[in-house]
Amino acid sequence: MNDRDCAYASLIDGDPHDQWAFGTGFEDPLAGVDTTAAPGVDGADLAAYCLMLADDALICAQRLTQWCTNAPELEEEVALANIGLDLLGQARLLLARAAAADPRVVPVLPDGSPVPAEDALAFFRDESAFRCVRLVELANGDFAVSMTRLLAFSTFRLAALHRLSDSRDLVLAAVAAKGAKELAYHRDYAARWFITLAGGTDESRRRLAQAMTTVWPYVDELFRPNPVERRLAAVGAAVDASTLRGEFDSVVAQVFGASGWHPPTVRPAPLVAGKSGRDGVHTEALGYLLAEMQSVARAHPMGRW
Amino acid sequence: MTDSLITAFPDAEVGADWPLYEVFVRGKRGLNHVHVGSLHAADEEMALRRARDVYTRRNEGVSIWVVRSSDIVASSPAEKDPFFAPNGDKVYRHPSFYRIPDNVPNM
Repeated sequence: MNDRDCAYASLIDGDPHDQWAFGTGFEDPLAGVDTTAAPGVDGADLAAYCLMLADDALICAQRLTQWCTNAPELEEEVALANIGLDLLGQARLLLARAAAADPRVVPVLPDGSPVPAEDALAFFRDESAFRCVRLVELANGDFAVSMTRLLAFSTFRLAALHRLSDSRDLVLAAVAAKGAKELAYHRDYAARWFITLAGGTDESRRRLAQAMTTVWPYVDELFRPNPVERRLAAVGAAVDASTLRGEFDSVVAQVFGASGWHPPTVRPAPLVAGKSGRDGVHTEALGYLLAEMQSVARAHPMGRW
Repeated sequence: MTDSLITAFPDAEVGADWPLYEVFVRGKRGLNHVHVGSLHAADEEMALRRARDVYTRRNEGVSIWVVRSSDIVASSPAEKDPFFAPNGDKVYRHPSFYRIPDNVPNM
């Protein structure tokens, strides 16, 4: 068998890290990239904004990986893990961008700790410092809940990344341009399953209806205006999420239309003293998720992985 | 696990009667699609997407074909001798008695 007959021959990429089967590139993800903020872009705001985008991806990725060994089929398990990995990759770049924009956001670790800034942000931040929307924290529930959540989240995030690829922050623009291709697949995946479940059996329709009452109350929060986004949007570095509702609604209407359903009218989940995920006020679910995600790293702050 | 995933699929019958598909992938440097494996799916579209998820996740491919396994007509092992043995000793059928010009690629 020669090279061109082997679909897997192109795997070998000369990666020097011999502990990995295939190239992983675990060095600084922004090495060689100019991380100076564009003129007029406030570093602290940029860091806060990158944390919002990063935490959405990171927490959603963690939820998706919880399907490993639990998915209905091997192929779906791999698909869910792939989607989680895409989001984890986005989170890593965005956390590194946040640390570069304002090093004060990075938790302080013991002297000599080899933990890189993006890991410190992921594994050593407390719950109230996380800036993700509450939608991504919700327990996975059954497959219908996970697909409904993924549909809402990927539709929202794809709309945001499309717009962000014109950001004046070049790192953000590059991450968004790369991520948009990934999100297009995630949205397609979730929409297909949504339509499949809607057209499936009485049981799948019952579960989907139940999923909607669980997930949809957290959709409004995605589009809540917040001051950090507004300030950055004014200087062309961010996208004001409240301007994305139209695109979200039209995509969702298409998916629901193909399913023969209508978007549910549900009461939005209440805020806590006017605050929600973007302000660091989360649901109970996030604490448990972080405990599981962070415990090993926190037990070994000097650990080398 | 903090979630109730275990109970999500009490009757693990999903996909039990779904047809089998064979998956062919063309690599970046490849000229032809190569058989890489098989999977179960409800229909062609699902098979294609699952093939993307399972067989191209390490950047192996730029093109995928899927085909129902039942649609493949295969030679049978019992016919091996009548099919293939007669060609074993006809070395003159190999185009090895002339030089391929340098500007003819992919031979």
